[in-house]
Amino acid sequence: MQVRAYPFAEPDDLGVNGTYLELQRDEPVARVRLPYGREAWLVTRYADAKVVLADPRFSRAPVMDADYDPPRTMPEVPGITTILSMDPPEHTRLRRILAKAFTARRTGQLRERAQEIVDGLLDAMEEQGPPADLVDALAMPVAITLISEMLGVPALDRVKFREWSDAAVAITAFTVPEIEAGAAALRAYIRELVEDKRQNPADDMLTVLVHAHDNEDRLTEEELVSFGVTLLIAGHETTGSEISNFVYQLLTHPDRLAELRADPSLLPAAIEELLRITKLSGAPGFPRIATADVELSGVTIRAGEAVFVDGLVANRDPAVFPNPHELDFHRPHNPHFAFGHGVHHCIGAPLARMELQVSISTLLNRFPNLELADDVVFKKGRLVRGPERLLVRW
Amino acid sequence: MSRWTVGVDRAACLGTGMCTSIAPAHFRLDGGTSSPVSTDVEPDDAVIDAAESCPMEAILVRSADGEVLAPQP
Repeated sequence: MQVRAYPFAEPDDLGVNGTYLELQRDEPVARVRLPYGREAWLVTRYADAKVVLADPRFSRAPVMDADYDPPRTMPEVPGITTILSMDPPEHTRLRRILAKAFTARRTGQLRERAQEIVDGLLDAMEEQGPPADLVDALAMPVAITLISEMLGVPALDRVKFREWSDAAVAITAFTVPEIEAGAAALRAYIRELVEDKRQNPADDMLTVLVHAHDNEDRLTEEELVSFGVTLLIAGHETTGSEISNFVYQLLTHPDRLAELRADPSLLPAAIEELLRITKLSGAPGFPRIATADVELSGVTIRAGEAVFVDGLVANRDPAVFPNPHELDFHRPHNPHFAFGHGVHHCIGAPLARMELQVSISTLLNRFPNLELADDVVFKKGRLVRGPERLLVRW
Repeated sequence: MSRWTVGVDRAACLGTGMCTSIAPAHFRLDGGTSSPVSTDVEPDDAVIDAAESCPMEAILVRSADGEVLAPQP
């Protein structure tokens, strides 16, 4: 069996490298070699992806075993357990502490605040006049402001962590020492902030985590710090990039954009479809380890072997999504894996949906003649993809 | 010990796979949404965990006398 070097080259836009689609058709369970060592399986079909993401025979926890060297998309940052490297019931213990804060109901209550933030940013953008870079003018500030307010990160600190975070989620875009330094700086920062919340409790998620540690013994200090770092990174890199990505997708699909402008009730379906089709991840960063022999599409995965799943490739499986490469706002059923599946399904999914809906709809309403003002270059070599800049005029 | 009743609001369910992974003995996904394997169960913390972890709060767990055990408001 051929072993392919992985991750595959990233296209210049938000599409999927053709090798994924060939594998999905001809070799749905393939061998790949990772940039930071070792080989693994790569699964590309929807049905197989679902098993790997949700079946308890696939585990995340072994990646933290001292004597296990997992295949890596990213360099090793030693000794740090995050919620993404845990299985139930350990995972459930941590997740439950904040699950409530992220439900659709709770994040719905933040919609007004999101609207206020978006309105303020677009006021400033309009005042400054075209062209504007939507990455800096809208996308990143919306995502950073909301997750920072939820976590309790002071406004003044928000510039600092963006640089660290950028390096911390790199695959190849930074050197290993730079990636490690970014991760370490974020950790030190959250550790300091946790100490501050201990002295000055507030109505925010870091305070909830501190309380869960100090008063309820529900997580360790290290788990607390890791959780804070994970939420800070995941809470803004992803949504911030997707706001820009979705604007790009709409401006480069004028028929779909016109359709959405003509019928704003399509917005929720449009956001789901953009989530499905946009290749947000450069490569999946979190392999699952089989704890028993499992057969996938006729191939036996042996206990102890690692499997990578890219849900965004599974999102283009024609067995589930007819005409998978078409942007179609009228799919009757759109069970995409943009937020993952199973216990690690993105805790922030309802928040992300709300932010995306508010940002995209407000932008389109305010600027009926919005268009790209320059070629768009997408970042490469990172877990999360998005444009370097997104220059628009109106 | 008295039994619990488990219900899933299938209109609210998004099929995230959260409950089926946390409590595989109690929930299954069919047609893209979750349903309880049995609506009448022995008390089991995994059912509460699943209900409390659902982002849509689509799972309702009640005690035999009708008291809501999860999700908490």
